[in-house]
Amino acid sequence: MSLKLKALLKSPWVFHLSTGSCNNCDIEILDCLTPRFDIERFGMLLVGSIKHADVLLVTGSCNRMSVERLKVLYEQVPKPCLVVAIGTCAGSRGIFKDSYNCPVPLDKIIPVDVYIPGCPPKPEAMIAGVVKLIEKVGGSK
Amino acid sequence: MTFVYLLVFGFAATAVLGLITSWIDRKVTARVQYRVGPPFLQPFIDIVKLLGKETLIPAGASKGTFLIAPVIGISGVIAVATLLWVNQFFSEGFMGDWIVTIYLLAIPSLSIILGGFASRNPLASLGASREMKLVIAYELPFILAALVPVINAHSIRLSVIIDSQAGGVFAGSLSGILALIVAILCVQAKLALVPFDIPEAETEIVGGALIEYSGPGLAIFRLMKNMLFFTLPFFLIILFFGGLRLNGINILWTVLEYVGIVAIITVIRNTNPRVRIDQAVRFFWGPMTLIAIVAVVLALKGL
Repeated sequence: MSLKLKALLKSPWVFHLSTGSCNNCDIEILDCLTPRFDIERFGMLLVGSIKHADVLLVTGSCNRMSVERLKVLYEQVPKPCLVVAIGTCAGSRGIFKDSYNCPVPLDKIIPVDVYIPGCPPKPEAMIAGVVKLIEKVGGSK
Repeated sequence: MTFVYLLVFGFAATAVLGLITSWIDRKVTARVQYRVGPPFLQPFIDIVKLLGKETLIPAGASKGTFLIAPVIGISGVIAVATLLWVNQFFSEGFMGDWIVTIYLLAIPSLSIILGGFASRNPLASLGASREMKLVIAYELPFILAALVPVINAHSIRLSVIIDSQAGGVFAGSLSGILALIVAILCVQAKLALVPFDIPEAETEIVGGALIEYSGPGLAIFRLMKNMLFFTLPFFLIILFFGGLRLNGINILWTVLEYVGIVAIITVIRNTNPRVRIDQAVRFFWGPMTLIAIVAVVLALKGL
């Protein structure tokens, strides 16, 4: 594994992007930063600017308005970057599958590296998902 | 020889110590918030990671200025760190190096202003203009506070300031204590840490001047800030505690002084909310300048 990738997996800075979610997944993402879970132990930081991010956490069902923004933001992440779909909506559109407003699922728009199901997923599930992502990208142990 | 000083002391030693300082800062912050905090090598890994990322230049930005700004900033820090190390351990320095140090310490802020305005982002411009106001606010009390050791030592050479504290440090006198308090708060603003992190304000203008920087540019800016986090307490130790003394038991004192200053800065950072820019300017031009003037007058009286 190259040094570049190794360093990336040791300090993945995350940026979270809501594409029309009900905010529940976003609140659960913030739970990961609290003292109980403290993902800064693994070098993860929540950054405010997309230009600083390594991992894009996408929540929500990708409605028509936000798909444009999602594409623009994905182009702005400095590569290499990883995409995590959080929640049932981002994974498979959930109950909005037949909605007029959510025509395309997330993984048809941008490449997704890992799906974390749940409505909302528990913080433990998110940490487990990110661990799987790190194992997948860095070669399994 | 100059080259060795610049590379080994100015860059390598300062960078390593600065990154360690930033780890102490993050770890103490985490412990204050009942978290565990990042592992020891985290700041190093962050820099390596950022160096390996893509550099994005925003459309319509002034490309040359955007790319050169971090380099200007880090060269300023390397120059000032070299000056301090050389004065501390190797030579007598030259007449007026105190003035050069004060000038060079303004360059990192200048580079952030340049980079912010060059990136053609409204939030970055806002951050840069706030940084400019903050520089105007803290420079006056900082220079007045740094003047107190000069008055006490009757010289504007850093090596003379260090030597004249062999008998007793300036922080032991009343004027020294007052000046040290003012200087620590100005350092807080120079480092853009929390009560005065107005130019960055993650929750408000999402990173301020650095919002458009990615990859190596951001890595150099972060390294610059971390190196400044070592250089400024080092400068304060030279001014008020007689420099880094590495003979016998004095090593412990030096480490204690350094860690003490860093811990005070970190604790101030963790126990205060962010102030508005007008409040910051009023704070520095009002009480801080007054205390600094009192310290200067006391120093002239010989107290």
